[in-house]
Amino acid sequence: MRGLRTAVRLAATARPSAVRPSARAPLFHKAAAVPSVQKRTYADASGVKEYTVREALNEALAEELEANPKVFIMGEEVAQYNGAYKVTKGLLDRFGDKRVIDTPITESGFCGLAVGAALSGLHPVCEFMTFNFAMQAIDQIVNSAAKTLYMSGGIQPCNITFRGPNGFAAGVAAQHSQDYSAWYGSVPGLKVVSPWSAEDAKGLLKAAIRDPNPVVVLENELMYGQSFPMSEAAQKDDFVIPFGKAKIERAGKDLTMVTLSRCVGQTLVAAEALKKKYGVECEVINLRSIKPLDVEAIVKSVKKTHRLMAVESGFPAFGVGAEILALTMEYAFDYLDAPAQRVTGADVPTPYAQKLEEMSFPTEGLIEQYAAKLLRL
Amino acid sequence: MAACIGTIDVNPGPADFTSTEHQHPRHGSSISQRPDSKHVMFPGALKSAFSNTMRFEQPSTYPALPTYRIVDQHGVVVDPSFSPDLSDDEVVKLYRDMLAVSIMDLIMFDAQRQGRLSFYMVSAGEEAVSVATASALAKEDVIFCQYREQGVFKQRGFTLNDFMNQLFANRKDPGKGRNMPVHYGSRELNIHTISSPLATQLPQASGAAYALKIQRMQDPSVPPRVVAVYFGEGAASEGDFHAALNIAATRSCPVIFICRNNGYAISTPTLEQYRGDGIASRGLGYGIETIRVDGNDFWAVREATKKARELALQDGGKPVLIEAMTYRVSHHSTSDDSFAYRARVEVEDWKRRDNPIARLRKWMEARGCWDENKEKEARDSIRRDILKAFSEAEKEKKPPLRTMFEDVYEQLTPDLKKQMSELKSQLERYPDEYDLADFEGGRDSLVK
Repeated sequence: MRGLRTAVRLAATARPSAVRPSARAPLFHKAAAVPSVQKRTYADASGVKEYTVREALNEALAEELEANPKVFIMGEEVAQYNGAYKVTKGLLDRFGDKRVIDTPITESGFCGLAVGAALSGLHPVCEFMTFNFAMQAIDQIVNSAAKTLYMSGGIQPCNITFRGPNGFAAGVAAQHSQDYSAWYGSVPGLKVVSPWSAEDAKGLLKAAIRDPNPVVVLENELMYGQSFPMSEAAQKDDFVIPFGKAKIERAGKDLTMVTLSRCVGQTLVAAEALKKKYGVECEVINLRSIKPLDVEAIVKSVKKTHRLMAVESGFPAFGVGAEILALTMEYAFDYLDAPAQRVTGADVPTPYAQKLEEMSFPTEGLIEQYAAKLLRL
Repeated sequence: MAACIGTIDVNPGPADFTSTEHQHPRHGSSISQRPDSKHVMFPGALKSAFSNTMRFEQPSTYPALPTYRIVDQHGVVVDPSFSPDLSDDEVVKLYRDMLAVSIMDLIMFDAQRQGRLSFYMVSAGEEAVSVATASALAKEDVIFCQYREQGVFKQRGFTLNDFMNQLFANRKDPGKGRNMPVHYGSRELNIHTISSPLATQLPQASGAAYALKIQRMQDPSVPPRVVAVYFGEGAASEGDFHAALNIAATRSCPVIFICRNNGYAISTPTLEQYRGDGIASRGLGYGIETIRVDGNDFWAVREATKKARELALQDGGKPVLIEAMTYRVSHHSTSDDSFAYRARVEVEDWKRRDNPIARLRKWMEARGCWDENKEKEARDSIRRDILKAFSEAEKEKKPPLRTMFEDVYEQLTPDLKKQMSELKSQLERYPDEYDLADFEGGRDSLVK
């Protein structure tokens, strides 16, 4: 899927209007913060509770800070202001200003400091207000964090977690709306994960902090306020999700839909609609982890469905979708009954104008439409 | 998991640094202005006096910061308060370190020209900066180098064999042959592996210093330590330099920033690199205690570093900046011919007029602990030792093939294991096509 798509409006569920900068806006340098909506429901009989993604991340950070004194968090506004998106809410009060650290506005500075602290044996969590700003520090991430273990002959591990919102948000234009999955996913030495649900968020972030390698955790601003059921097991402080294992969010036999981050939810909605309209069963695979990538899960599914579609919100060229299609071609070509397809973001600097912005990214309707086309429905 | 350089051992018990210990309270959130104050208590400038004269400050009206020296270029002591704190033997040892580096540089530069290694960087003219600063630090202090500080490695105990093993990327190279020549590193000596991108070591040094500070906070019984980080005046134009100084100042990190201002950033002279008063003036702007020293004066550099270490450990830790003024006698690297952008006579003049090795030698001769014979004997024996280490390292086998796949991650990933297995199959299938004699263990180091 290349180029700007035909007009397909985002479904109401896809765009919480609260995230449009208004209260604190207009902030020129940084996108506006989302007011925190921290409400946690009571557990039902089975012990399942509703968590927002924000709460899940917050709990993961608190548990890891509690469990390991080597862990600390730094970034812009993470302490006194509780984080631009309130992910670090309450952590300063609980863990003090030596472990929850506000930094000057200097990504290369605090990222470099975090890398140096990691090379010295601490386990920093480096928050970027968004990954768009991490480009100021990408040399530290790629050339230092990812490569030092190798270049030092194995003597200098770098246990660091880079995290923050990734991908497009709402009304924040081209410089705040990029998806870095493919960028970091291409670097040997890094591990890269991208959670969708609250369980993903908690399990992957905790695994990232514990992993001895540098890990990039690509969150999504539009997901922070969304609620998901959290199983009893996932509420425990020993819950982690292994890297390199995708999750089948919806089983099916007619089409494999491989997706990640916010697009998982959209793809599930599209799959439901396809079932209602045409009676087809789509299998939706939530990648969870971009590097390492669970090729096995994709191939296994394609052997069953014989059709593949990748859904992601990055730019189309050299992207995660491109990689999934290429891998499927390499490992499962003989099982495909139709050319594999990808639905991606448009190959344009993300427009500010709301209607244009809507047309720049996959929507539920669009995913459905292209899946139907692929299945010749 | 391998231990880190300057590894922090943290008690698994209750996390002590969770207690909100407000050593350095945040400024700016509660500043009150007294009525009729002579000073403006703006949150951003607490002691600025009101003025009714509009005047833009002119950098040119400020005198350049002085350059501290103890011994002049004739080897004569000019600071009457100075008395050497080292025995004659200790001074001779450090002098020999400087000599060794300069002789090794000449040999390796030529070896590169002969095609025996891919790349080399010499430090001619700057031997005092690295050896003298290193001599004033503690063994436990953590060091980040740029790439022209072989003197630091030599002073701390890196052997000639260690240098040669890295340069020839053989099986004894602790870097496993993965880095360009001169990118040394040593866990035993607490020196981080040299990283090519300029100035990235600066914010990392601030972070390492922060880690040391946290360690002290958790366990006051460990000896206080600082981080020393080296860079050139050219690297100080990178954003990372500014980020590092600012964050070290605001987070009060015990780090000594050591600038080798040698006049050239590859081909760019300082006149085109910056307009201000060197690098030292920037330290003041970040609220950092700063000194400029004569980088060709071994004693001035050593004394300044000693004092800087003391300062860095005061008040729970703080950064210090040293700007050592020197001259890059050498070409930037083997990839550079500096006579394309500077006159040969300029370099010859510098060599004749002032040289850190010659200056310390004059001081030692005046003191009576060195003479022509000792000089000759030292040069001959060092040269012999270098050539011996050189030929041993050159003959040594290359690292095992397996190391190609290791250390990308802490553990081999399934992908990497698969690649290794494919390589082994390929080598087994076509044994005559690949000469593996140079690699330790041949194809047996690979696992299927």
